[in-house]
Parts: sequence; C-alpha cells; structure tokens
Amino acid sequence: MTHKTIRVGGLTRVEGEGALLVRARAGRITDLQLRIYEPPRFFEALLRGRDFTEPPDITARICGICPVAYQMSACQALEAICGVTVDGPLRDLRLLLYFGEWIESHTLHIYLLHAPDFLGYPSGIAMARDHRPVVERGLALKKAGNELVAAVGGRAIHPVNVRLGGFYRAPTRADLAPVAERLRRARDLALETVSWVAGFDFPPVEHDYRFLALTHPGEYAILSGTPAVSDGTRFPVEDWPAHVVEEQVPHSTALHARLDGSPGYLTGALARYALNSARLSPLAREAAASAGLGPVCRNPYRSIVVRAVEVVHACDEAVRIIDGYTEPDAPAVPVTPRAGVGHGASEAPRGTLYHRYRVDDAGRIAETDIVPPTAQNQARIEEDLRALLEPRLDLPVARLTELSEQAVRNHDPCISCSAHFLDLRLDHG
Amino acid sequence: MKKLAVWKFASCDGCQLTLLDCEDELLRVAARVEIAYFLEASSSRDPGPFDLSLVEGSITTPEDAERIRHVRRVSKHLVTIGACATAGGVQALRDLSDVKEFLSVVYARPDYISTLERSTPISAHVPVDFELRGCPIDKRQLLEVIGAFLAGRRPVVPAHSVCVECKARGNTCVLVAHGTPCLGPVTQAGCGALCPAFNRGCFGCFGPMETPNAAALKPRPDQKVLQLYGSRSWGQRDA
Repeated sequence: MTHKTIRVGGLTRVEGEGALLVRARAGRITDLQLRIYEPPRFFEALLRGRDFTEPPDITARICGICPVAYQMSACQALEAICGVTVDGPLRDLRLLLYFGEWIESHTLHIYLLHAPDFLGYPSGIAMARDHRPVVERGLALKKAGNELVAAVGGRAIHPVNVRLGGFYRAPTRADLAPVAERLRRARDLALETVSWVAGFDFPPVEHDYRFLALTHPGEYAILSGTPAVSDGTRFPVEDWPAHVVEEQVPHSTALHARLDGSPGYLTGALARYALNSARLSPLAREAAASAGLGPVCRNPYRSIVVRAVEVVHACDEAVRIIDGYTEPDAPAVPVTPRAGVGHGASEAPRGTLYHRYRVDDAGRIAETDIVPPTAQNQARIEEDLRALLEPRLDLPVARLTELSEQAVRNHDPCISCSAHFLDLRLDHG
Repeated sequence: MKKLAVWKFASCDGCQLTLLDCEDELLRVAARVEIAYFLEASSSRDPGPFDLSLVEGSITTPEDAERIRHVRRVSKHLVTIGACATAGGVQALRDLSDVKEFLSVVYARPDYISTLERSTPISAHVPVDFELRGCPIDKRQLLEVIGAFLAGRRPVVPAHSVCVECKARGNTCVLVAHGTPCLGPVTQAGCGALCPAFNRGCFGCFGPMETPNAAALKPRPDQKVLQLYGSRSWGQRDA
C-alpha cells in the first residue's frame, strides 16, 4: 500500500460538527486535517454596534453546552472596561453557577460521550442496557449540576439571570439550601465516578504537552485568573493578544491558535490539573491520589479521570460556598459604560475561553474577539492523531476511524463553541 | 420500534442537549423509541428512514440547504426544535447587514468561506410537521412532542403569551410595576415566565405568539419596547 486516504465524516459524540481527513503515502502521513464544518455564525460581527450590556446573553448562544463560560468571560471583559470588580457574595454566586456548568458538562462527557469508548458501546444509552445503575448514577449527577445552574441562573441552558455587575435577582439562602443537600449526595456520586473511571484500561500513551490554563493564588482557577503556561510563562490576561494569535492555516479548515509563535498547545482539564492540582479541594486531591493521578497527567485517555476529579471539586466547593453564603445587599453592582478595551478569560469545561471587547463612550460595541478552547486545542489534537495513526496505518479503515474518534473525544472538543470555525471546500485529490 | 433521528444545522447544540438533559426520562424514552441517529450522543449511524426527525439549527450554507432536503426525504415526520430551526436564530441578525462585510470582519481569508446571505428557518426549505419554539426549547415541551408523535396525535403546546404564565406563577408584572420593558405580552409561552420571575423583562426566547397585539406595547414613548427587537439593549440600563 503506497497511498491511503482515511475520511471520517461526521465525528460522533462530540458537541458540534467535525470531520477528519488523513492522507498517507508509504507509511508516512502527508496531511492530516481535523475539519470543522460548523457553519459560520458571525458572532463577533453581529455584536458590533450593539449595546455593551448584550454580550452575556448573545454570546451564551455560541454554545449550549457551556453558556455560563461565555457569560462569565464576557461579563469580566466588559466590567474591566467599566472599572467594575464583582466580589463577595456576587462572585460566590458566579462561582456556583460555573461549578454547576462544570458538573453538568463534565458528567455529560464522562458518562454519555467518553466512557462508552472504554467499555465498547456506541453510546451512553446503549451502555445503559448492560450498565443501567451506572448510567443512572451519571444522569443523577448531571441533574445535580443542571439544578445548580437553574437555581442561580434560572435554567440549565442559556441562563437568564446573568447581567453585567452580577445578577437580576440574587437567590436567598432558603433557595440554595435544598440545592446544597442534593450537591452533598452528588459529591458522593462524583467520588464513585472517580473510582469507576480510574478502573478503565488506558492505552499507555503520554504526550509532551505544552499546557495553558488560568491560575489563581487562592483557587483552582475557574472563574478568573492569570494565564500560565507549563514552560513557566505567565502573562496578565490583558496581554493575551500578544501571546495567543489565531490564524487561518492554509492546510487546514479552521483557525489555529499559536502560543508565543508555535502551535500545538493544550488547554482544558489536563492543563488545569497540571498547573493547579495543588489547589483542588482536599477531598478532590484525595480522590485524585486514590485514582493514581500524579501531579501531572499527560495521558489524554486518562483525562476522563481528571474530569471526574474536577466534578468532585466542583460539588465540594459548591457545597462549601452555599454553606457560607450571605445574601448580597444588591443583586448587581452598577455598571456605567465608558470607552475602552477589556479582556476577560475563564475556564470553560473544555479549556480557557478568552473574550476581548472594544466599546465606545456611548456604550456601543466597536469590536469583539473571542478565542474558544477548541480553536486553541485543534492543532494539538491533530498532533495527537498523527502520533496515533502513523504507526497503525495498516489497520482496517473502520478501526482507524474508531481510534481517531476516541483520540478526538479525549479532549472533549465543543466544536459549536467556535465563534469562527470555517467551512472550507477541500481538495480531496 | 419507531426510529428517532436528531439533526444539527447552524446552532449551539443546546436544543439537542435538552434531550440528554431529560435525566429522569431519557432511559424511558430510549426504551420506547430507537434513537437511531444522534451524532452528538452516539457513534452508530443509521441511514434511515426515520419515523421522527428532530431538527436543530438554521440553514446558512448551500450544503445545508441540500442536506435538509435529504433529511426531509428520509423522515416521516419532521419537527424543528428551537429558535434557530424555527425562525433563523440569533445568527439571523446577519440578515440586517451585509454578510460579505461580516465575513471580512471575522475571517482573514473570507474567500475560504461558504455561506448564504441569510440565516433561514427549516420551513423556508422543506415542509415541517411541527415547530417547537424556544432558545433553548423547554424539556417538558420536547417530551410532549416526542410522546405525541409516538402516539400519533398532535402535540399540545400552548400558543398564548408569556403573560398568562406570569399570572399563573404569581409574578409581579415587571412592565406595569417597575416600568421594565418586557416582550412577555407578545411572546409565546413555554419558558414558565422565567425572566419576570427573576425581575427581568422577557426578551423573547420563544418568538412571537399567535396574533400578537404588538402595537399595544407602543403607546408609552418612554418605553419603546418594540425597538428592543432592533439594536438597543433590553437589559440593565432600562431596568
């Protein structure tokens, strides 16, 4: 065999639409493209001229899986322009909302999208035929996350309660008390989840990843923090545009992000864990240790364990926050527009999400830039695929397809959370 | 067993996620209908035909305009789920502008991109059997639609305004009591009057109700409610 083309049309069990094209000749991969054919939706363009208060509601619609991430990055970027800092109980409420999203998104990925790869099923629903109590546990855990998002944000998908400066209505202690009870039970389910996924068979693969994640002196960074890279580089979020550059790469279909001049870095659960594992809650740290995770995990398949540990952390921290919650004096701090540029970044379940806005003195948006996690990870995912496929080109195409999909799923790409992925026509020749 | 398919066009995945968010009902639904094609959730790809297709997302590319015809051909019943599939979605804001100019704002090489000038609902391309509103859809309404099609009856989904839900919930009227602009009087019910329950004006996730009396929202010039569909904020600064 001298020439081979593998096409995986319609990647499954990822959020959004993607495909993979691999060309090989004489045992070497000559071209590998993770194609994103999510139609362009032009969020950055359609925000121009709109009011500075609108991005939390509008950018939430970029991704139905992680709308809170979009709302939080947008709020912080715009509040930075207006010189507003949201602190105290309002920040706690934002953390709660975000932990709820982590619980629901990670649990969806662990139980319904990723675990079927390890147990040999086409879907979580098919898996339920043989492992019903396990899938029911996952659904109960996911539900606890959804309930937390709904309790703070109004509903599980596209929460309505978020505004610049805080919220439209702050929940009372009485509103949150029953949620805390359910989260205590969810925390037990999360611990069981860690033990369950830690027992899977993981291919013995390690990659020399360059990680990027937010770091925070007092927290396992989720809502805010300083971007840090595993090579020791750190930079304030205002310097993001100088470090992370998105470009259209001729061989590929999507915008690729380059970090300090070179592509192929990784953001997401593995990156957060590598840079911040010491700041996990004690219970989550314990769970990580009992699952056999060291301080850094470079095996992409084991990211399912890291996500499970993050769910323990999210449940644990959410319970702690609710137990100590005092109702704020006002549901939001006032935010008045002024001209300027603002940057905001937070940790979406699948990686660092950066927003930048330029606003004029009337409060109208002049310019928006959104860098979603999957755009950042795409070049690195392609490298994972190259390393996986090159030594295995002789396997049947159906098997290669299966292996490739699994390698992509390891990184939980949310392809629809691409503000601007491309729909290219490719030369298949 | 009847076969269900879930399709995605230009959208955020939130409406199809709503099916997976039916945590208490998902496995029971899966026991009564074969979820035969659902790329977000399953790697099996049934070629069809399907008894019921749920379609998320709007049509924005020439390829998708072709693909939806295929979906229609292999589907006995086709139901759109959510604002994108039913009305064009938030990305239909492009319809108010020049899409070529949009392209050059977002992409360095606009010539690489294939897109249509407008974001159109599914019904602009193929016949649709039922349209489920919402951004996102409501999961109780989704279960009602699936149940109705399994039973061979019409779904029971109210066409009245959010105001009715607001009264049923006992909310204080944010428009009358606080002067907060609210699209509730002209917006179809379905969310449970969520925004007013959070002291916020409705911003129309479920789209216009049947025969809305939009003009009645107009008389107080200080409120300018209808302009909210245009380029002004409906949120914070008006509250």
